[in-house]
Amino acid sequence: MFRFILTRFSLIIPTFIGVTLLTFALIRLVPGDPVELMAGERGISPERHAELRAAMGLDKPLMVQYGTYIADVVRGDLGQSVVTRTPVLDEFLTLFPATIELSVCAILFAMIIGLPLGIIAAVKRGSVFDHSLMGISLTGYSMPIFWWALLLILLFSVNLGWTPVSGRISVMYWVEPVTGFLLIDSLLSDEAGAFSSALSHLILPAIVLGTVPLAVIARMTRSSMLEVLGEDYIRTARAKGLAPFRVIAQHALRNALIPVVTVIGLQVGVLFAGAILTETIFAWPGIGKWLIESVSRRDYPVLQGGVLLVAAVIMLVNLLVDLTYGILNPRIRHGGH
Amino acid sequence: MTVESQIDAAAPAGTPRPPSPLGEFWHYFAQNKGAVAGLVVIVIVSLAAILADLISPYSPIEQFRDAILQPPFWEEGGSLAFPLGTDDVGRDIFSRIIHGARLSLLIGVIVVTLSLAIGVILGLIAGFARGVTDVAIMRLCDIMLALPSLLLAIVIVAILGPSLTNAMIAISLVVLPHYTRLTRAAVITELSKDYVVASKVSGAGVMRLMFITVLPNCTAPLIVQATLGFSTAILDAAALGFLGLGAQPPTPEWGSMLASAREFVSRAWWVVTFPGLAILITVLAFNLLGDGLRDALDPKLKR
Repeated sequence: MFRFILTRFSLIIPTFIGVTLLTFALIRLVPGDPVELMAGERGISPERHAELRAAMGLDKPLMVQYGTYIADVVRGDLGQSVVTRTPVLDEFLTLFPATIELSVCAILFAMIIGLPLGIIAAVKRGSVFDHSLMGISLTGYSMPIFWWALLLILLFSVNLGWTPVSGRISVMYWVEPVTGFLLIDSLLSDEAGAFSSALSHLILPAIVLGTVPLAVIARMTRSSMLEVLGEDYIRTARAKGLAPFRVIAQHALRNALIPVVTVIGLQVGVLFAGAILTETIFAWPGIGKWLIESVSRRDYPVLQGGVLLVAAVIMLVNLLVDLTYGILNPRIRHGGH
Repeated sequence: MTVESQIDAAAPAGTPRPPSPLGEFWHYFAQNKGAVAGLVVIVIVSLAAILADLISPYSPIEQFRDAILQPPFWEEGGSLAFPLGTDDVGRDIFSRIIHGARLSLLIGVIVVTLSLAIGVILGLIAGFARGVTDVAIMRLCDIMLALPSLLLAIVIVAILGPSLTNAMIAISLVVLPHYTRLTRAAVITELSKDYVVASKVSGAGVMRLMFITVLPNCTAPLIVQATLGFSTAILDAAALGFLGLGAQPPTPEWGSMLASAREFVSRAWWVVTFPGLAILITVLAFNLLGDGLRDALDPKLKR
């Protein structure tokens, strides 16, 4: 097992180094001189310009610059925002809980709805329910979620007035940040109504972000269930007279869920891409909105550091999924050698 | 359909002819109603795109100052002059959507062609060369796939500057690794087969082996991926347009139309609804077609 973890871990190191090359190149490829970018609108004298270049190490050979960059990254120094002058890592850590909270709720929503629907569709294969569910889920999979968000806002916020349009919590409440997750923090605080305010702000973004994963999970659960239901051991279970519910819940589901777990894990990248759009529309103060704003403000250190951190998080989650899969399925764990 | 009826007619006469490969393909494809529906929608959208100048009542950028935010014709205050209403500067939404179809399909064609061409060549090189070249190409793919495609596209657009052309370049680069991986996997499977060995023994050069012997036998998964690639390209280009990083106003691109319509969501539902509906229908059609092609081209699923 230890060897399995070690091999999988060593596999992501070259990829991570590749991503650092990409982010290192990013800040050198963007239009404009980094020093002038830092100086901002005011402009600086040529002497000060040269001084800053030297201070930033831009006069050294590229290899040395890359070495310095890697050394900084390893120490956790990802530079500072040109706009706010705050270290990039600090900004990331402040905003990251908002993105995690949104993503976790989105994937929970997708699982709670997608898994049962997929199972029912497989059991009732060929029925009207099955056909309509597959149609709806392909529609969900094809959904431009930025438009879906606008439609939901139009219906639930504008016409019905049920949910707020943007933000994480009403300005009337101030909640002490303990965990960074507002749903938890608002419960911990003694502000009455803070929790329901946080929840009502979260519902629409979570539905929007969960839509594509919901479609993927429902389709995957259905096809995985269908495969398992055709196996000999299911026929045996049925032949010996087990109740249909028990056959499905105990014999089929357990095996059918293994590939579904992997697919859920692989949704991390999808969730992140979706978070960029969802957070922008709902003014959700998370990583996605932060990165988009960094592009429009030309705050390239933020873009550079943010991309690297996002890549690192996604790689780590994929690694965890891989390892979980190995634990669930011994054939994978031992097949590698 | 014609082939199917030919077979039916021929069978009782006792001279069963094997269907042509195309006929066999159509036989399986036509069984999938969703895929046929997708194909029909794509044909309609393509016709609208080609004939955009003839069909659309107005120019997509013509502004009618006395008809600002006019609702669609079935609503009160709407008129058939602007069947789907007008936007905040009085442009006809129907005309803009038809011209948007032209852009979206063009984006699809360019992105799929670019990424397919480069991706397939890289995949062929990786599959044939193996060794260091293979490792280098595949590692590069891994790095690109480590980031969410939209984020990578945003990074590329940040470097190149926001425009429709740069958005297309960015999306092409982002989807390219999928084709490379597919081609490489197919090439490696094919290379061990006898017909390739025979071709090699009879003196075929590497180029001939790559493009004439092996590549035609790897096309099925590539066709499916390319079809699905259309939907990714259209969706991602619209997303970039929506974020202000793709097509710039007043270009009638569906995503950027949505971006400028955002602030009118509470006052004029039609400026928000129709461009998004156009994206959804087109993307759905390509996904349906892709699914149908996969079923029809995958020999494992054939009975």
